[in-house]
Amino acid sequence: MKILIVIIFAFLVCQANAFRPILLLGNQNLIERTCKQTPFYDLCIWSLKSNPESRDASVKKLAQIMVDSLKTKATETLDLIDELLQDGLALDPEMQKALTSCAERYNVIIRGDVPEINEALKTGDYKFAAKGANDAAIEANSCEIEFPTKSPLTDMNKVVHDVSVVAASIVKIIQTKFSF
Amino acid sequence: MEASYDPEQNPPLHAPLLDRSSPRTGRFAAVFACLFSLISLLALIINQTQQPFEKVQPRGVAEGVSAKSNPSLLNQVPFNWTNAMFSWQRSAYHFQPQKNWMNDPNGPLYHKGWYHLFYQYNPYSAIWGNITWGHAVSRDLIHWLYLPLALVPDHWYDIKGVWTGSATILPDAQIIMLYTGETNESVQVQNLAYPANLSDPLLLHWLQYPGNPVMVPPPGIKPDDFRDPTTAWLGPEGTWRLTMGSKFNTTIGISLVYHTTNFRDYELLDGVLHAVPGTGMWECVDFYPVAINGSVALDTSSFGPGIKHVLKASLDNTKVDHYAIGTYAPKTDKWTPDNPEEDVGIGLKVDYGRYYASKTFFDQHKQRRVLWGWINETDTETADLKKGWASLQTIPRTVLYDNKTGTNLRQWPVEEVESLRLNSTMFKEVLVEPGSVVPLDIGTTTQLDILAEFEIEPLISSTTNEIGNCGDGAVDRSTYGPFGLLVIADASLSELTPIYFRPLNASGGTLKTYFCTDETRSSKASDVFKQVYGGKVPVLDDENYNMRVLVDHSIVESFAQGGRTVISSRIYPTEAIYGAARLFLFNNATGVNVRATLKIWELNSAFIRPFPFERDSV
Repeated sequence: MKILIVIIFAFLVCQANAFRPILLLGNQNLIERTCKQTPFYDLCIWSLKSNPESRDASVKKLAQIMVDSLKTKATETLDLIDELLQDGLALDPEMQKALTSCAERYNVIIRGDVPEINEALKTGDYKFAAKGANDAAIEANSCEIEFPTKSPLTDMNKVVHDVSVVAASIVKIIQTKFSF
Repeated sequence: MEASYDPEQNPPLHAPLLDRSSPRTGRFAAVFACLFSLISLLALIINQTQQPFEKVQPRGVAEGVSAKSNPSLLNQVPFNWTNAMFSWQRSAYHFQPQKNWMNDPNGPLYHKGWYHLFYQYNPYSAIWGNITWGHAVSRDLIHWLYLPLALVPDHWYDIKGVWTGSATILPDAQIIMLYTGETNESVQVQNLAYPANLSDPLLLHWLQYPGNPVMVPPPGIKPDDFRDPTTAWLGPEGTWRLTMGSKFNTTIGISLVYHTTNFRDYELLDGVLHAVPGTGMWECVDFYPVAINGSVALDTSSFGPGIKHVLKASLDNTKVDHYAIGTYAPKTDKWTPDNPEEDVGIGLKVDYGRYYASKTFFDQHKQRRVLWGWINETDTETADLKKGWASLQTIPRTVLYDNKTGTNLRQWPVEEVESLRLNSTMFKEVLVEPGSVVPLDIGTTTQLDILAEFEIEPLISSTTNEIGNCGDGAVDRSTYGPFGLLVIADASLSELTPIYFRPLNASGGTLKTYFCTDETRSSKASDVFKQVYGGKVPVLDDENYNMRVLVDHSIVESFAQGGRTVISSRIYPTEAIYGAARLFLFNNATGVNVRATLKIWELNSAFIRPFPFERDSV
């Protein structure tokens, strides 16, 4: 019985796909092909598809969208760090030290790495885009290991790290695979 | 090869909007795919009812995708850099600006008693961006004096970046500088600049040709695949030629050829100097003659019997500098490698470490070919911004054809570096047994010039084939190696950087030797890049293993067998700094004794500083 339901469902899904206009398959194909070559497929798909500019985007534009996502996530993380630091007296000194160090690293991501990646993408010297993206991943990692016990930033550090890695992968694709 | 590829006629990557021909075949394919997917779905369901569902590992973790990202946060301790650690990192005798970011060396030349170095420079930050040409001069390629910026982005044709270029010195001593500019519309073009005043030995001021740009991306070449023009050379009928790297069909690395008579008007040749599939974009191409007698260097326009040509490219995809030796045919402007299996980009590397964007020039003063190379930082940008600077140049190296092997070039630090030598210490035939470490007592060890020769005495006989290259670093033991030096190591060996030979048994009872640098334990810090670098080095029957090592704080340059294989390395120790840094010999082989003979000099600082304009004396 269960198998029958599954078969019927699969058949219905199939039909929908077979008759979907080819028009829409266009750029989704590119996004999917691109994201398949990154290590965090789901994150890549979600970040790109949730931005309307990805609809007719070239691979280069997809990279720029990814970098925008990196900037957004890093800014959110920095805002959280600032909030936590404002607890002031309630913070133990080790937590304070770790948060301060993280704030420095996130400032570097937002004011150093992101502009570097954008300038490199615009001027076509892609290795500096890769450098900035790879650096952002390390900065996020380095922030996470600042905390001797429980980190209040684990989830956000992971997102920033993973988005950076995806961005670096897309840059690699521009350099080595796609013509545009 | 025709450079007539037109991107506008190439089929687009995504499906066209309304393609009348595809619906019928499309639907047939879709229905077929449906049936296939149904069947496979059925198969999967049946399979799964028999086995528990297995969670798939996310790809990123298993494959460690990013070269710089850490796949696991386990076992890492947080690290806090101090100002003392950062200050120690600055070099004493390698060229670097007072502060901020530097990358490719540009337009090196000799003029009226001074060596000139220009370089990619960011005047505002320790991160790449806002690129201008920095400028420095020296009498001896070692003691540099900073000058004002030579070129800044002040015209539409270089407003987004004054990128890499090369100098050509004409027979009448005119200096032609060709460089890549990034235009206001993000197109890479080539521009002409020349000294405002040739009689100024310092070449302080530069003018740009009003008709710039002189070369723009030709049809078939993308606007961001067109950069780094070389020094020009004279062809047989008196026309100048130069070459420039690019790529074709995304993956084929190529070098375009331009002809010119006046350096203002250029003609692109049909075809290319050379192409190698799969190597991607060629940056910083360099092309120059070498004498096969191996003892003299040649002017860039030299040609004739007894001469081969070196073609070198920096591969954008891998950030590695490669070269190959071959034959140039000036009538057709084609170059062919001596060994196609070790063609440009797939064979020998200029330097097996952290090294890029290298460029040579012919030094007419001392009749030698001199090689510059850019060494990047391998720490975080947070650290670079904190310490306020990023990147170094290598000590300039002479380049000659190695006529003993016929396959390699030989690089060697310019002799002027020896003027920095202070006291020296000799060690004769120090015995280092298998699995042991021997300290070398020489005082401070952060600025050294080391010449070391190693003899091995086999203790067991072994002829089984050994595979591998530098292995997992110095801990990876085999019969005949690794053995060598431990530089910038602290007394307890909690931080150390091995530089070593690793001879391996190859077929036919011969040994195949690798020369390596192992950064994996160079620092306790977790946010620096720590890699094992190295490559093969030819060791001839009548040779001992010999290496020369220049240690200068956070940069180490290592030369094996007279410079046949070279490794540049960046290290950022946290404990093995200042007086705590030591030098050791080590032998981690299982089956040989090693006897080492060394001569070690402490090196003085080069006191690189701004040019003393007020005093008018140097």
